[in-house]
Amino acid sequence: MACLKSKRLRLCAFFKQARAGALTAPVTLGPLGQTRKFQMFSYCTDPDSLANLSWLACYLTTGKHMSLYWSVGTVLLLLAITAPSALAFGFAGASAARSRFLPVSVLGRAYIALVRGVPDIAFFLFFVIALDQFFEWMRHSVKCPDWQEPIRQGNDFVVCAEAKLPLGNAAQWVHETYGFFLAVLTFAIVFGAFAANVLYGAMRAVPRAQMETAEAYGMSPRQCFWRILVPQMWVFALPGLSNLWMVLIKATPLLFLLGVEDIVYWARELGGAKTARFTDYPHGDWRMWYFLALLVFYLLFTRVSEVVLDRLMKRLTHGQATMGGEAQRKTA
Amino acid sequence: MSCIETIADYGLRSLGMGERLLPRDGFTLCQQFTLIGSGMIWNIYFGVLALTSGFFLATALAVGKASSFGPARKAAEWFIFIFRGSPLFIQFFFAYFLFLSLKAVSPVFDPLTAAWAGALIVLFFNTAAYSGEIFYGALLSIPKGDLEAADAYGFSGWKKFSKITWPTMLRLAWPAYTNEAIFLFHATTLVFFSGFPARQQKGDALYYANYFADKTFNPFVPYPILAGYFILLTLVVIGLFGLINKRLNRHLPQDARSKMKLKLNIIR
Repeated sequence: MACLKSKRLRLCAFFKQARAGALTAPVTLGPLGQTRKFQMFSYCTDPDSLANLSWLACYLTTGKHMSLYWSVGTVLLLLAITAPSALAFGFAGASAARSRFLPVSVLGRAYIALVRGVPDIAFFLFFVIALDQFFEWMRHSVKCPDWQEPIRQGNDFVVCAEAKLPLGNAAQWVHETYGFFLAVLTFAIVFGAFAANVLYGAMRAVPRAQMETAEAYGMSPRQCFWRILVPQMWVFALPGLSNLWMVLIKATPLLFLLGVEDIVYWARELGGAKTARFTDYPHGDWRMWYFLALLVFYLLFTRVSEVVLDRLMKRLTHGQATMGGEAQRKTA
Repeated sequence: MSCIETIADYGLRSLGMGERLLPRDGFTLCQQFTLIGSGMIWNIYFGVLALTSGFFLATALAVGKASSFGPARKAAEWFIFIFRGSPLFIQFFFAYFLFLSLKAVSPVFDPLTAAWAGALIVLFFNTAAYSGEIFYGALLSIPKGDLEAADAYGFSGWKKFSKITWPTMLRLAWPAYTNEAIFLFHATTLVFFSGFPARQQKGDALYYANYFADKTFNPFVPYPILAGYFILLTLVVIGLFGLINKRLNRHLPQDARSKMKLKLNIIR
């Protein structure tokens, strides 16, 4: 059962932990599907006889560790999907906020204002359940039109069996993918609002003269928007967007709260003290070191992003009628 | 049970006072409002203490990062980089497990594994790093003329810093610092989701909101309540910081006063 389907997220995480560390012999782990007995090096067959370094090499390449490395991939995948979709949400939000049609404009502004003033984690925790119930309710109303009972029965949310998402008999990977999909959508909605705020500001920062010139050339509002405003706004949006990218990177550990088996989950899982009964590689409580490694990973990641974004900014300001562009022109 | 009774029972539940058992079924709106509000005590506690203590370290960090003395500058730069470059969530986890292993060394470190002290320290360092960077930026954008004028009047050393440089820095940094404060209050909701245990179910607002959402499987009641509380808190913070902003700007001509322009707040 995927964690999201369980009604008690935290409890569910606990059960999963209990299950993953259980005695029951070969447990399949993660998307790679290796068993506990996975070995990368041939000399790993008898861990007790190994010296320090080779022991460490064997330890760090067990099946569970592979799941940890795999979950780094999950984080990167999340970033790769979320960043563009948040940008798309943001673009839609910002365009809506600029609209001359009042209801659309109000909708766009409300979307942007919504995320202000409320902690984001609250949004994350809220949207994951709310979206899940929303999808199930939609499917429910389509697939079971003659269902009589109410959907909310006391403390339960009940839809007909055909409307369950994913279906009760679906494979494990479907559950995991669905959970991941919900997480991505949640991230995209929350960060879309931030991106909308940035893009809205950037659209207003494009010099008015540019738009007036476009109008003077007889362009329609639509043409002005797509041919003049959109291409020029990016340089104004980039500082805000790069800031947002950093924040997005730093928000990825929150996946853990959404019930996805991410790096935080595996760091807690692997770092906990292990006795010889449960594993071939017994050790004390190493969670501190695992989280230190995560800390370093994120530091490196943000540092690299910073450098890359700086370069990108330099390239984008080239030839722009801004202070930065002017400075580049003078030094050249 | 009337709502007054519920408030009497659960109003201070987050501090461990009143009724011990949390409600188990038949959740009323009043219970949800009371318990989530009771949890806000912790959010305010963490926020206020971390902000006030972090303010001083932030000033020190800003001065350190702007100083020409190499070791001080490097130290401040690294401190700011480490706390701004990594997720607060991971910092909480790391700190908690670090404190756990310290506890094994000596009982002196016992309180650190509890949220009230341990998480407060992390939040203190974290907000000091973020506001240190804000103050540093403000320090660099103090108008050259102001400092030259101070020199001309014979100000120097500590007097120049405390009378001219520091107030100007604060004035320039204040709008951004207000954002940071709002931020920090939001960040306090992470505490009980990141290793630090909520002993005897004494948690913060989000902890109780999550409790209700889990029990009722209905997120549409507790989270909006939580959101309402936080919007109120945000308004109070903006109001208070606005008053300070007014005072910092009181010597300026009316139209040159910097209006509080608040930008979006984002998680870290």
